[in-house]
Amino acid sequence: MSIVPKPLTEFPWRILALLLAIAGFGTVVLYSAASGSIFPWAVNQAVRFCIFSAMALGLSRIPVEVFARFAFPAYGAVLIALFLVELIGGVAGGSQRWINLGFMQLQPSEFMKPIIVLTVARFYAMLPVGEIRRWNAIWPALVLIGLPWALVLIQPDLGTATMILAGGITVMFLAGLPLRLFIGSGLTVAALIPIAFSFLHDYQKNRVLIFLDPESDPLGAGYHISQSKIAIGSGGIWGKGFLKGSQSHLDYLPEGHTDFVFATMAEEWGLLGGTLMILAFMLLFRWGIRVAMRTQDKFARLAAAGLTTTIFFYVAINLMMVMGLAPVVGIPLPFMSYGGSSMLTVMLCVGIIMAIDRAGKRRSGMGHWR
Amino acid sequence: MKFPFPKRKIVTEATQSFTFSRRAMVVGGLQGAIGAVLVGRMAWISVVQNEKYSLLSESNRVNLTLIPPRRGWIIDRNGRPLANNRTDFRVDLIPQRIVDAEATITHLAQLLKLEPDDVDRIREDLEKSAGFRPVQVADKLTYDQYAAISVRLPDLPGVAPSQGFSRHYPAGATVGHLLGYVGPATAEDYKARRDPLLITPGFKVGKDGLERAFDRHLTGKPGAKRVEVTARGKIMQELTTRIDTPGRTIKLTIDAGLQEFAGRRLATQSGSVVVIDCHNGDVLALASMPSFDPNSFSDGISHLEYEMLSKDDHVPLRNKTLQGLYPPGSTVKPMVALALLEAGIGPQETINCPGAIRVGNTLFHCHKRRGHGSLNMRGAIAQSCDIYFYQMAQRIGMDRIASMARRIGMGQKFDLPFPSQSYGTVPDPAWKERKYNQKWQVYDTVNATIGQGYMLINPLQMAVMAARLATGKQLMPNFIFGAPRPDPVSVGASEEHLVVIRDAMNAVVNGGGTGGAARSSIPGVMVAGKTGTAQVRRITMAERAGGVRGNSSLAFKLRDHALFQGFAPFDNPRYAIACIIEHGGHMIRNEDAPMIASDTLSYLFDPAKAMEKLETLEKGWGGTPTERQARQMASFRIAKAIEKGEVPPPADNAMNAASGNSSAPAASQPPPAAAEDDDVPPPANSTAAP
Repeated sequence: MSIVPKPLTEFPWRILALLLAIAGFGTVVLYSAASGSIFPWAVNQAVRFCIFSAMALGLSRIPVEVFARFAFPAYGAVLIALFLVELIGGVAGGSQRWINLGFMQLQPSEFMKPIIVLTVARFYAMLPVGEIRRWNAIWPALVLIGLPWALVLIQPDLGTATMILAGGITVMFLAGLPLRLFIGSGLTVAALIPIAFSFLHDYQKNRVLIFLDPESDPLGAGYHISQSKIAIGSGGIWGKGFLKGSQSHLDYLPEGHTDFVFATMAEEWGLLGGTLMILAFMLLFRWGIRVAMRTQDKFARLAAAGLTTTIFFYVAINLMMVMGLAPVVGIPLPFMSYGGSSMLTVMLCVGIIMAIDRAGKRRSGMGHWR
Repeated sequence: MKFPFPKRKIVTEATQSFTFSRRAMVVGGLQGAIGAVLVGRMAWISVVQNEKYSLLSESNRVNLTLIPPRRGWIIDRNGRPLANNRTDFRVDLIPQRIVDAEATITHLAQLLKLEPDDVDRIREDLEKSAGFRPVQVADKLTYDQYAAISVRLPDLPGVAPSQGFSRHYPAGATVGHLLGYVGPATAEDYKARRDPLLITPGFKVGKDGLERAFDRHLTGKPGAKRVEVTARGKIMQELTTRIDTPGRTIKLTIDAGLQEFAGRRLATQSGSVVVIDCHNGDVLALASMPSFDPNSFSDGISHLEYEMLSKDDHVPLRNKTLQGLYPPGSTVKPMVALALLEAGIGPQETINCPGAIRVGNTLFHCHKRRGHGSLNMRGAIAQSCDIYFYQMAQRIGMDRIASMARRIGMGQKFDLPFPSQSYGTVPDPAWKERKYNQKWQVYDTVNATIGQGYMLINPLQMAVMAARLATGKQLMPNFIFGAPRPDPVSVGASEEHLVVIRDAMNAVVNGGGTGGAARSSIPGVMVAGKTGTAQVRRITMAERAGGVRGNSSLAFKLRDHALFQGFAPFDNPRYAIACIIEHGGHMIRNEDAPMIASDTLSYLFDPAKAMEKLETLEKGWGGTPTERQARQMASFRIAKAIEKGEVPPPADNAMNAASGNSSAPAASQPPPAAAEDDDVPPPANSTAAP
């Protein structure tokens, strides 16, 4: 036992420092994206980070059982909200993603990303051990995932729908369903893609082709990806230097402070900045996975690994998008992209993982006295 | 229900936990692998393909704009500028980039206090422009106006202020037809040449006259400016600038002072003056008045001003010196006389003029009804006796006259740096056979010898004729100072014969002949010449019986042309001149061809004295051509406003003076009309009042 008081050693210093480093760097990039001004983005982002960090720390004090208990009710509430969004959207016409609560605009699909993980984790935690290799272990989870997935997909929000699906499937995988199920369906999907492609309309095919070769339409649909690649590519190893990115400062890079903030960063900080950034995210995921592996409680470990993977999907999809490996789907980069709702979601995930971490340490600590 | 697996594993808490750990490691590993792939991908883009993307980034950031080259000057024989460049601040519209055209124009009109004419012209240009051609909004702005536009640029997409050079013609309207004007390249030009310079704001090409003929020579090499621009085209900063190379200068044979003098001396008439150097054929002046002001044409002329010019019966849009064709009238008589001498007719042979002779079925009259009595060649030329030439021409036949006419420059097309040139006709039996499939008649010869009928000449040809009569050499007109050219060949007339002709032409002016008004005021310099009157209508027998109507009672378009060709000094010709006043009708002595020609020649010998006389005369004409045109423009604008009902008409109808003539069609050359419309009132134009 060290002489440092226990509350201090228990406090998640290291992970907070990591988040602070990522978010701090993000704020610096936003400062540059606003042509060297803390307004309007950097200051807002910093304030948000502080608020949401406090919220995450608050969450970390809540016992894990509470999350388990509220997983299904929360899932039900968000699902109803998604239905409402669809109904209101149907009345108003066009795509609708928000419910206007008067004081704020609520985007329920955003909450669904962590909640689907908690819900599926809760389902497998409740499932008796022997049932895991039976049909009963599969269809309820598929229904739980499929409903919100379909609702979000018809909004249409392909990015979020993919993340919900991926989050849910990941938990199913971790829960111990037979491996051949995943391999089999993976192969089936891969085989279906060319067939599905042939059924697409010409304009849809075009979109796919432009994604595969954005330079073929540099002023149209491929513009975002082209300009993003130009920004990253022209940055080189060391970058053009802080506040010297021409692509972002001269407005060639669209959405340079939101979805394409990584390109803004890479232009000025180069491969070096990008690698450090990816490394920092990898550290975050390593922490999350290790928390999951330390934890004995079934719900807690599934939730920790699933939520970590949810954050991972944010990062991976966004980076693949800005580097031209995925189509433009509108997934922001956590802590870096300007915007409140994505940071809220990610901080919810982090807060719950911290709560699991804390509970795990407590239990292992208490075990000595028992 | 159960899975149809052949073997069923026993799943316990422990195995499940183990499975989880293993799979969590797989997930973690996959995450790490994807992270590595992303780093690899980034390295590929930013290291391996760095050069490609850096280049693309630079081409995004840097915009290369051309700086229009300054146009070469056009200078006169003494180095005085006829056309130069003036620094100016200007504003253009780039049609492609405009978001709300109407709002932009309104905003600009308010900022720059544009006239309604200009606003209309901008709208019209904007409609016609095919999207890539800049439309000029205004130039010659003050620095303050330029700055006012520049600071509002973010609110005015498509507006391009710039600092550049504009063409300036110090002599204004008097050089309009000689030099032409400049203007933005047309869409056809751009399609043909695909030169980005053509669509650069502020770049202009020669549109007419010498500006057009020597366009390539006058166009320099463009400079370039590298600027940093945003995606929306806003200029952030200038990076480097390469200065333009101005076009080359052209030195003309024109004497700027004489050119301006001649233009102003044409007074309120619709006429032209051409002066040629008898030593080598250099054209010293080529004035056609009234003319457009090339300064306002080069700026983009307003619709109203163009309408005024195109409706004016004095045809300011036509270069009369080259495109105007006139029956030469009696000015051909010295030439015919030279043909007579060549054919062996002695200068002392006389003809009796009874006032009229019968040729075939037609009675041909002399201009003097009572007749001249007995005349030799000198007297016939001095008195411009028609009967002498009717008789003599019948003796030698048309072919010999036509041959001399061609050698003297009639019907000849000169190699001139002008886009269009009318070169007239020298009729002869073969020509008539070819053209009309008719046999040449004696009355055709008779008509041709007095410069009527099929014979047509332009003012430049008439000046060439004067120069060739004066020198006996086939001088060729030339506009480029010091241009190498072969020595002129002889006209084919002996010096002896030429002396007879020169002496007779001297008698026209100084020997009691028809051209007394051309008498020189310069001591020791005697002007020789020949007057002419060209009818544009047929005089019927009925009218002749009742008395030929005077020109002052005829409509402007029906009045005779007044002509004069000559040279000075008569005994040692130095300068040759031609002057044609369209529908002048010999009505005002100091605005008639002989005196205009004589005064213009006097400028070459004593500029100060000639100028003094001109300034006195101009007071009576209402000022310089520029002042008169400004006044005409003002009254035309008011007349237009009245027409549209924007302004109530004034009670005394004084403004009708301006619009009165505008109803007459701007026909270039009325045919000799048989119209006998007695009710045509004299035009209410102040210039017509004697």
